[in-house]
Amino acid sequence: MSDLTKLTLKAALAGLKARDFSSVDITKAHIEAIEQARGLNAYVLETPDRALAMAAASDERLARGEGGALEGAPLGIKDLFCTEGVRSTAASKILGNFVPAYESTVTTQLWRDGAVMLGKLNLDEFAMGSSNETSAFGPVINPWRRSGSDAALTPGGSSGGSAAATAADLCLAATATDTGGSIRQPASFTGTVGIKPTYGRCSRWGIVAFASSLDQAGPIAKTVEDAAIMLRSMSGHDVKDSTSLPVEVPDFASYVGKSVKGLRIGVPKEYRIPGMPAEIEKLWADGIAWLKDAGCEIVEVSLPHTKYALPAYYIVAPAEASSNLARYDGMRYGLRAGGPSLTDVYEESRAQGFGEEVKRRILIGTYVLSAGYYDAYYLKAQKVRRRIADDFDQAWQSCDALLTPTTPSAAFALGEQSDDPIAMYLNDIFTVTTNLAGLPGLSLPAGRDAQGLPLGLQLIGRALDEGTLFSLAGALEKAAGFTAKADRWW
Amino acid sequence: MSEKSKLIQGRTGPWEIVLGLEIHAQVASNSKLFSGAAVGFGAGPNEQVALVDAAMPGMLPVINRHCVEQAVRAGLGLNAQINLWSRFDRKNYFYPDLPQGYQISQFKDPIVGEGIVEVERDDGTTFIVGVERLHLEQDAGKSIHDLDPNFTYVDLNRAGTALMEIVSKPDMRSSDEAASYVKKIRTILRYLGACDGDMEKGNLRADVNVSVRRPGAELGTRCEIKNVNSYRYIQQAIEYEARRQIEILEDGGSIHQETRLFDPTKIETRSMRSKEEAHDYRYFPDPDLLPLVLDPAWVQSIKDSLPELPDPKRKRFESQYGLSHYDAGVLVADQARAAFYEQAAAGRDAKLVANWTVNNLLGRLAENGGDIETSPIPPEDIAGLVKLIEDGVISSKIAKEVFDHMWAGEGTPAQVVEKFGLVQITDTGAIEASIDKIMAANPDKVEAAKERPQALGWFVGQVMRDTGGKANPAAVNEILKVKLGL
Repeated sequence: MSDLTKLTLKAALAGLKARDFSSVDITKAHIEAIEQARGLNAYVLETPDRALAMAAASDERLARGEGGALEGAPLGIKDLFCTEGVRSTAASKILGNFVPAYESTVTTQLWRDGAVMLGKLNLDEFAMGSSNETSAFGPVINPWRRSGSDAALTPGGSSGGSAAATAADLCLAATATDTGGSIRQPASFTGTVGIKPTYGRCSRWGIVAFASSLDQAGPIAKTVEDAAIMLRSMSGHDVKDSTSLPVEVPDFASYVGKSVKGLRIGVPKEYRIPGMPAEIEKLWADGIAWLKDAGCEIVEVSLPHTKYALPAYYIVAPAEASSNLARYDGMRYGLRAGGPSLTDVYEESRAQGFGEEVKRRILIGTYVLSAGYYDAYYLKAQKVRRRIADDFDQAWQSCDALLTPTTPSAAFALGEQSDDPIAMYLNDIFTVTTNLAGLPGLSLPAGRDAQGLPLGLQLIGRALDEGTLFSLAGALEKAAGFTAKADRWW
Repeated sequence: MSEKSKLIQGRTGPWEIVLGLEIHAQVASNSKLFSGAAVGFGAGPNEQVALVDAAMPGMLPVINRHCVEQAVRAGLGLNAQINLWSRFDRKNYFYPDLPQGYQISQFKDPIVGEGIVEVERDDGTTFIVGVERLHLEQDAGKSIHDLDPNFTYVDLNRAGTALMEIVSKPDMRSSDEAASYVKKIRTILRYLGACDGDMEKGNLRADVNVSVRRPGAELGTRCEIKNVNSYRYIQQAIEYEARRQIEILEDGGSIHQETRLFDPTKIETRSMRSKEEAHDYRYFPDPDLLPLVLDPAWVQSIKDSLPELPDPKRKRFESQYGLSHYDAGVLVADQARAAFYEQAAAGRDAKLVANWTVNNLLGRLAENGGDIETSPIPPEDIAGLVKLIEDGVISSKIAKEVFDHMWAGEGTPAQVVEKFGLVQITDTGAIEASIDKIMAANPDKVEAAKERPQALGWFVGQVMRDTGGKANPAAVNEILKVKLGL
């Protein structure tokens, strides 16, 4: 039997259904791969016993000719999703050995559809970071290396574990979340496909909150179609999340392979930032050319408030985070330190429990919401947010989707930007706008830089128009012919 | 009441108290404002806590439609503007009985805007209190400090329970007015079923803003007295606080804006925190919740289903039943009383029924610490008693005796009259016999009565005594007049 871990999700599902191999077989193969890849630090918790039990149950259903859309497929779960009876940490010391008594809606739906959980995936602490270096478990190592170098590179963040595990065949696909680019940037850095759907498409219930108005779950997968299959299971209205949208879930995979002829593709001029590497410029030009070849019409559009997006994002997200993270107070669960006075417990628990980046954002968020500063920062940022959404609305007058690079660079080395928060925040420059406007954004691998590292293109669509993104991504995937895998060194 | 009498005389002249109240009323609801956890009194510690109430990671609030409806009802009952678009904000502060680290409240855009309440003083005069706003918010849990010398215990049963905060304008000028206002709000909320008004359980409590000024001067600096939960405490707290402020000002000092606590055992207020120590709550719109948008048709349907409220009911009682303003006020102060009254008054002399209900029944109930719900006498028996009087079967005097037997549970009015032989004597023969006997025994009085007709009363009294109060007074009078030749 060939290496089952190399299969795409789609191929694996077909093989499982045809009984070419069992769920236990493919699950075991992944468990072994995970054991051998511990050097990547992608998983913070492996759950092989649970995985094999779930796989065996799937096999029974498959044997009866039953089974859901993901029956028997082993997946990795970002450790921001609460999983019932399984330690859930958000990669923070402050949650300690927290074991939820509940299962997030998104993972509940995956299990409903027959998926198998391999374990919990590493991430930046509370999803705050772009390199996975803020994790309390230490950084994930990108399976990709620069040619001729064995320097450890970041897989990006915050969903670095999800991206690295998918790229290194340590799961068929993974769940991830995206607040400012946390699905798309790691996907771009690891040669995988990631989509942040429309805000409200996936329930946030049971996902540890970072910035409630920006957080969205989505998949990281090996192919566009795999991402579409995953997203269908993850999506759906949830009465437990007031911001979840009461809309039907389309069969996203059915859009992959559809003709894109006649679609108008906007190229936003403001995304052509100074100092962008020529390789990224070329990648973008290639993408434009491929879509043109596929029959798309290319239009230049303007999103004039783009330059304010990053500053606005770094006000809104920390503001919400400062409030969302107030519950980690040492009182009910997680780390409790200090004493005997109440103030001591608060101060020590939070000082010891939170890492530097989380503290930085709590401080920024507390500051921008403070009396006397609220109007100048938070309120102003909300106005910018409205303008950014208006920019997109304006753009949709002349185009059906936007094409941009996903990130301004390829994966960088661990430690390279960790002393410079601003440089780190710039990673999100092309991705935050969609979070601020609540729009879907998809990243797919479309080329490699001179050092052989994968580079991603981003497609941005109208609200709830993920279908068009999947069609366009399918066309780009075909044209780009990106099939490279990281050479196995681990 | 004249305006002057509300002023407080200080050493250096008169002062005026200015009062504004924030009433916190627990919304009558089976479940909490943002969770499905039960709301109720008497559950064991932490037995009524949903995951979101305990602020478990990733848990999200979902608005309880019933609580929204209750707030709309309350707003309509306060003649207030219903805001079809409102929003929830987070009020951020750390405390162990506040698991989220923030309270979900409405800061900028409350569900209910300005309204007006007409309030009655004890002397029957009325005044108007403006309502600034009503908003929905979560209650916190309870910290219990006296269970253990070293630890504080936290009970989250109350955490997340829905409160309505009703903010008044600074329209009250005495502690009596403040108490009357709270009573009025409580009555309205109870009529609407929006809050049970149980102050002992803390389901209705008030923060009182107190300032003093020279009559006609600008508003003074206010102090806020937190969480006062009885009419008496509200009055005591205001009286103490006003005196305190006046003394400071008369000594040449100034008032510092601060939050104070009322100590009911020492009957004084104490500083809790100054303005400088005040929290910066960092309010911002709660991103977990969508703005609350109300359908005007839904609001209208709530409006259409409102019960008759105390003010219109009182007016109706005055016109329909011819009741005095006072009696009508007493009867409508409580929905159950008003219902009791209307049931008893049906087809009867309505004023007489009001007299018996207000003066006898409610009086007796109050002496025993009860109200209409605990009445041992049902409305049909009050009606029966009044019917006996109307029919001349018993006199008003005997009726009191009958009432005592009814109170003691000895039967319906008819049964009591039968059992104790309290039927009024209308048989003229019996009355005549009694009169003849008394006249024969008191020839001097007979002579005197012929001279002074006012002495008739003495004979009436004698006859009543002779007949055990059962003689019909009208018949006695008539026959006496004839016999005495008056």
